[in-house]
Amino acid sequence: MNTTKGMFRKEYFWRSLMTVCGLFVIVLTISIGAFLIYQGSGTFTKFGHSLAEFLGSTAWDPADGADGGGTVGALIFIVGSVSTCGLALLISTPFALGSAIFMTEIAPKFGEKFYRPVVQIFAGIPSVVYGWVGLTVLVPAIRDVFDLQVGHSLLAAGIVLAIMIFPTITSVSADAIRSVSRDCRMAAYGLGSTRWQTTYRIVIPAAFPGIISGVILGLARAFGEALAVAMVIGQTTALPTSIFSRTKTLTTEIASQMGNAMEGGELKTALWTMALLLFLMSLLFIFLIHFFSGKNPEKAGEKSAKRASSGEKKSAAAGQMNAVEGGK
Amino acid sequence: MNKIRRSIGVDRFMTGVFYAIAIFFFALLIGFASYVIIGGLAGASSEMFAFERSGSIGNQLFNTLYLVFISLVFSIPIGVCGGIYLAMYAKQGPVTKFLRICIETLSSLPSIVVGLFGYLIFLVMAGFGRSLIAGALCVSILTLPLITTTTEDAIKGLPQGYLQASLGLGATRWQSIFHVLLPACVPRIMTGVILAAGRGFGEAAALLYTTGSGSDLRWSNWDLTSPTCPLNIFRPAETLSLQIWNLQTNGQDRALANLSSAILLLLVLVFNIGANALSRRISKKSAGEAA
Repeated sequence: MNTTKGMFRKEYFWRSLMTVCGLFVIVLTISIGAFLIYQGSGTFTKFGHSLAEFLGSTAWDPADGADGGGTVGALIFIVGSVSTCGLALLISTPFALGSAIFMTEIAPKFGEKFYRPVVQIFAGIPSVVYGWVGLTVLVPAIRDVFDLQVGHSLLAAGIVLAIMIFPTITSVSADAIRSVSRDCRMAAYGLGSTRWQTTYRIVIPAAFPGIISGVILGLARAFGEALAVAMVIGQTTALPTSIFSRTKTLTTEIASQMGNAMEGGELKTALWTMALLLFLMSLLFIFLIHFFSGKNPEKAGEKSAKRASSGEKKSAAAGQMNAVEGGK
Repeated sequence: MNKIRRSIGVDRFMTGVFYAIAIFFFALLIGFASYVIIGGLAGASSEMFAFERSGSIGNQLFNTLYLVFISLVFSIPIGVCGGIYLAMYAKQGPVTKFLRICIETLSSLPSIVVGLFGYLIFLVMAGFGRSLIAGALCVSILTLPLITTTTEDAIKGLPQGYLQASLGLGATRWQSIFHVLLPACVPRIMTGVILAAGRGFGEAAALLYTTGSGSDLRWSNWDLTSPTCPLNIFRPAETLSLQIWNLQTNGQDRALANLSSAILLLLVLVFNIGANALSRRISKKSAGEAA
């Protein structure tokens, strides 16, 4: 009897320990969010700036002291972040999608054995290395090719980010494409489609939610990247006018100013507000991934792509119908 | 006829396009890696490998490994336990759902935000000062979701029979987990841990304001409280990735930064390839069992 009792005591002990660890993750996330909100809201409550000023003004001159009195327009950084990430996506998505199609539809054996592991391994390369190579190779190259005074530019940041997020988008969309059921492909081939017709009329529409998830994951990575961008973007506080202008992003401004800002001062608080904005953006990205991956909200992100959900099958069927009609 | 010919032509053309894209990016990635590694190692002199205060990478390499090790000491137990909770004990409900959302949020947090949080908690509130432990804890936060999800997936991926058989023999749930399920999952969890370590090596933004940039180590000093003792976790510690960043801001010694990029890249590649090989062996083995 005694051993049974001990057994159960142990069971309850370990079970509560596991639960505590599970709950710890919740507490950690909430406390990160809470601290960000607490610190970041100071811009609006303590220093009395309006949200419109923070989001819509380019006047960035916060006082480095607790008295305030500066201006906190972060529009430059927001525009900088959005334009670098947009540029990166613009460059990266077509190539990533092409590679994903290559490794699933065109050369599946080579893709599975060789291409895919290499792409996955590259997803783990540290961003400082990308930044450093960008700084030493890409920046001088841009300077020489476009005949500029300095090569630091939005374009350089966009290219560095594009190479950085390429593996992410490729492997997630390849998973999505692979999970499209074989029947759909076979049916399309049976109707006489060529491989390209099957790919873009059937497979791509069916895998679309997963592909979008991949793109958003890539976007999230690009948005949060700080140091690689900081190395090549030129760190100038001005709105970008072309892809050759130097500017700053939310993350690079935090990275460069945080060290010399006074604790509790207006500058530091404004930086916290920018971090809060980044946090909200990453929540938005998660929401979007859930939204696009449809009915299986618990397993969003990389995993949803692996599973052919019923929604995907349905859209595959719809894609097939379109293809048949288009063929007439 | 014309239409069919056109379709076939387009098909061939697009196949060519995809080949071109794939080959281009493949070459780009391989070229990138070999440029960094070969360029870095070729431009290095022998004194750069020394464990000196400046002008070498030895201390930074040690700091990197040590920092990742310390961070794993924190994140493995919590992550594995969290994963076990999710796989075995959690009931379907709002709390579990929320926990999953939390894990996702953590895994998509920009590392600079985690760095800020760590700065506030460990430096301003706990008063650690810029130290290895503060940076290691930040890296723990970043790697925690990865370890949790791998553990959960590993346990859920085991055949149902493992748990059923163990419960049928009269074991409690915990006994089944500890003596049956966990041992079967160890390789898979290891894969996750290796990937987490690989991410930790390259982390820089989260460490920028938490670990500082100390590289002054005395290798004969084993007094754990002294700031120059290599094993003291409360000393500032510059990692390889921070060294690259610092060299970039100071703008000197390109060859040194090239070398530390090369070493960092090698470190990450070795770990990622290791994780890859391990997971391949697991899937081969489980395929063999099924047959």
